Amino acid sequence: MTLTLGHYLSLGAMLFALAVIGIFLNRKNLIVLLMAIELMLLAVNMNFVAFSHYLGDMHGQVFVFFIMTVAAAESAIGLAILVLLFRNMNSINVDELDSLKG
Amino acid sequence: MDVKTGFFYLFSVVLLFASFRVVTARNPVHAVLFLMLAFSQASGLWLLLQAEFLAMTLVLVYLGAVMVLFLFVVMMLDINLDTLRDGFWKHFPLAATLGALVALEMAAVLMSGFRTSAAPKVAVAVGQVGPEIPNSKALGILLYTEYLMPIQVAAAILLVAMIAAIALTLRHRKDSKAISASEQVHVRASDRLRVLKMEPVKPGDAPNAPNAPEAPEAPATAEASKEIKQ
Amino acid sequence: MSQTLNASTLLAVPLAPLAGAMLAGILGTQFGGNWIGRRLTHTLTILGVLIAFILSAATLKSVAMDGARFNETLYTWMTVGGLNMEVGFMVDGLTAMMMCVVTFVSLMVHIYTIGYMDEDEGYNRFFAYISLFTFSMLMLVMSNNMLQLFFGWEAVGLVSYLLIGFWFNKPTAIFANMKAFLVNRVGDFGFILGIGLIAAYAGTLNYAEAFAKASELSALTLPGTSWMLVTVICICLFIGAMGKSAQFPLHVWLPDSMEGPTPISALIHAATMVTAGIFMVARMSPLFELSETALNFIMVIGAITALFMGFLGIIQNDIKRVVAYSTLSQLGYMTVALGASAYSVAVFHLMTHAFFKALLFLGAGSVIMGMHHNQDIRYMGGVRKYMPITWITSLLGSLALIGTPFFSGFYSKDSIIEAVRESHLAAAGFANFAVLAGVFVTAFYSFRMYFLVFHGKERYDQNPDSHHGHHADHHDDHDHSSHRPHESPWVVTVPLILLAIPSVVIGYMTIDAMLFGEFFKDAVFVDVGKHPVMQELADAFHGPVAMALHAVTTAPFWLALAGVVVAWYMYLINPAVPAAMGRALHPLVVLLENKYYMDWINENILARGARALGNGLWKIGDRTLIDGLLVNGSWKLVAMVSAWTRKLQTGYLYHYALVMILGIFLLMTYFVWLNK
Repeated sequence: MTLTLGHYLSLGAMLFALAVIGIFLNRKNLIVLLMAIELMLLAVNMNFVAFSHYLGDMHGQVFVFFIMTVAAAESAIGLAILVLLFRNMNSINVDELDSLKG
Repeated sequence: MDVKTGFFYLFSVVLLFASFRVVTARNPVHAVLFLMLAFSQASGLWLLLQAEFLAMTLVLVYLGAVMVLFLFVVMMLDINLDTLRDGFWKHFPLAATLGALVALEMAAVLMSGFRTSAAPKVAVAVGQVGPEIPNSKALGILLYTEYLMPIQVAAAILLVAMIAAIALTLRHRKDSKAISASEQVHVRASDRLRVLKMEPVKPGDAPNAPNAPEAPEAPATAEASKEIKQ
Repeated sequence: MSQTLNASTLLAVPLAPLAGAMLAGILGTQFGGNWIGRRLTHTLTILGVLIAFILSAATLKSVAMDGARFNETLYTWMTVGGLNMEVGFMVDGLTAMMMCVVTFVSLMVHIYTIGYMDEDEGYNRFFAYISLFTFSMLMLVMSNNMLQLFFGWEAVGLVSYLLIGFWFNKPTAIFANMKAFLVNRVGDFGFILGIGLIAAYAGTLNYAEAFAKASELSALTLPGTSWMLVTVICICLFIGAMGKSAQFPLHVWLPDSMEGPTPISALIHAATMVTAGIFMVARMSPLFELSETALNFIMVIGAITALFMGFLGIIQNDIKRVVAYSTLSQLGYMTVALGASAYSVAVFHLMTHAFFKALLFLGAGSVIMGMHHNQDIRYMGGVRKYMPITWITSLLGSLALIGTPFFSGFYSKDSIIEAVRESHLAAAGFANFAVLAGVFVTAFYSFRMYFLVFHGKERYDQNPDSHHGHHADHHDDHDHSSHRPHESPWVVTVPLILLAIPSVVIGYMTIDAMLFGEFFKDAVFVDVGKHPVMQELADAFHGPVAMALHAVTTAPFWLALAGVVVAWYMYLINPAVPAAMGRALHPLVVLLENKYYMDWINENILARGARALGNGLWKIGDRTLIDGLLVNGSWKLVAMVSAWTRKLQTGYLYHYALVMILGIFLLMTYFVWLNK
């Protein structure tokens, strides 16, 4: 059977879902949390590229370009924060980050 | 089934498996490695979608830089692996339900809104008619005309990210003799010098002269060096 | 009509006593530093009242002889939403008569006070108060609008309060003055409602303007009900009169008001203040004539008061209380006359009653002075030997009270009885019985008191507490062992004589002009078609002499005579009879001694109920509901809600991410499926 847009979209959806599960499950590991975010971005990029291909519009790919730029910047800063956090609290346990508790 | 479809399924399965392992891996280093695998599969998928430039960029940027960064950090931190996964599988049913919901919903939304059974259209650059242009060229044409400004902004974002990362995590060397230029410029005369009036001491006078002067220099320099240290 | 009176003269009438009151009250008391002494005080105040009396007499002459009238507004205080609040005078026959009565009795009381309050520390204060009272009462009777009437109404109530509680160190006096004021307030509530209704529907407070609209008002009903508007107005106004003129059930304050010094009992609670209600109803006769229901109501209340208060007078031992209940009963008579649409008769009785009742009170006061402040008639007797002037004048007053032919009381009282007999109102039957029975009762208690005080054995030594604590007896400079009374000084006896004269003759002299002449013609309005009582009285009247001679054939004369004879028998001939009767009719005596349990009801049910209501409203309404539920409740609610809401802020990243994802999920569901 031919590949249709639907295949790629469902793939993107499943990837996103996995990433969401990852965020929800990883209460103790902040690094994996960041990685799950990367996965989410990947899922979104997948969708964009698929749309760009199947609808014949280059703008989707341009958007992916920018998403990647921002994602790279964000992961750099996120890891920097992680390092600082580890320096101060000596653990990357998300459960311990509750000083904003109401 | 033609080759393209086969590759699609191969890449997809590995991608999904790798993603799953990212979130469920015990060892963070394994998780990073699985993430690398996932990205490489994604790159392959994009090649199938004839987005070569992006596929290469994915490899270069993500696999080459971001993942390496992740690895650096993971290896740098002294993580206690035992307590890392306590209570992990307790939340799995709820998480799985949630994930399934999200996936189904997204699929339903996306697929109902678009004609998902048609064959792909030819990707043409905006405003250009004619034979197929290479993907990179098409992307370049768009980026340098319509998206010129956003590119500059993206560059600024990257710069800011770099500075931010450095500013956040910088630790000064304890034995550095570098002076903060801003502090140096902000110094005032009264911080360095204090003028006193003293009685003249003639030769031949008794050692216990009337006004024994204090040492003006010592406290001033002590203050100054304190300022520098701050 | 023919000519108007001088506004300045009229203005001087109330202002002269006011000036006296101000000077005496400010300079003569500690307030102003005790600048003027006793002689100057009483001179100034008497001068003020004397001026008022002379000018009032002149006004009466102008009104009666020359037909002069006056109805003008002297000062507009303010105009609020079309309603004018003014100070003005309306002088016609009714006003002129009231002015003279008030100023004359006030003058007599002022002179009397020189003797009676001689030993009292508050001498100057007393004079200031009674002059102030004179001013207030004059403003009340001379007013041409309801606002000024109400001002005078309240002012006399205030001065009454001040005077009843004159000896403010006595707890009973303070209780009495609060009681008087509060019961009056209940009446004032109705009064204000009445005035308010008039102001609302007639749009004016001026008498003349309001009465001009009376016929329009008679067609209206009170919105939301099927009651006639005029009926409601009249009943509300009459409730005010019930309070001020001490009609049943708002009569309870008058006997207690005897706590005040005797001069004020004479002035306020016999002659003038209590008659303000009667005056007001007569003044408002154009309105009352329109409502038969109100007239019936008035007649019933008056009849009840006339009869039942008389019964209470029979068993009283305090000389002042007897006269007080007598006043209540006579006020009831006046009210009955008002109900029978015989307004002029009621006002006529008001006038004659003012004279002989003031006389009786002042006489009682003279006896009290002579008996060294003993007020219990059981320990008097044979006083006529020692106090001849007091004796004669009191006898004349009593004869006038019971309605002896040719005396003034006879003319007024018998006219009332006649009027009730001729009335066709539904209540007339009961009223007729009440006023006739009342004649017997009046004669009985009056002469019981007379015989016990002035005749019979001297019982001064039987008094268990011979030295009353509240007054130092400085004039007690003869034998303590005999306690013999002596005649009072001339300042006391001259007023008695001066009051005795009108008590005897004024009825004879003025009945023709007042009841059947032109005197009250434009002051009092009678709807002759519906209530022909006055017409029928006029037809039956053939002159004062004929009326007196004719009396021998009527029931009241023989009832009064019977009352005198029975009293003579029971208290002079056979003194054991009262005690035996008391034992035989013991339950009845208990009922009378407890004043029909009215005081008990007021104190234990109404007062306690009101306090409980206030308490309940405070505890439940204020504290629980408003403070607790609304004020505290609102912040507690806010605190509770924020406590729950706070739980959303867990501080955990993954919770926040989860909520975000759920939010997206919900939004997607809504926009994609539900919002198609």
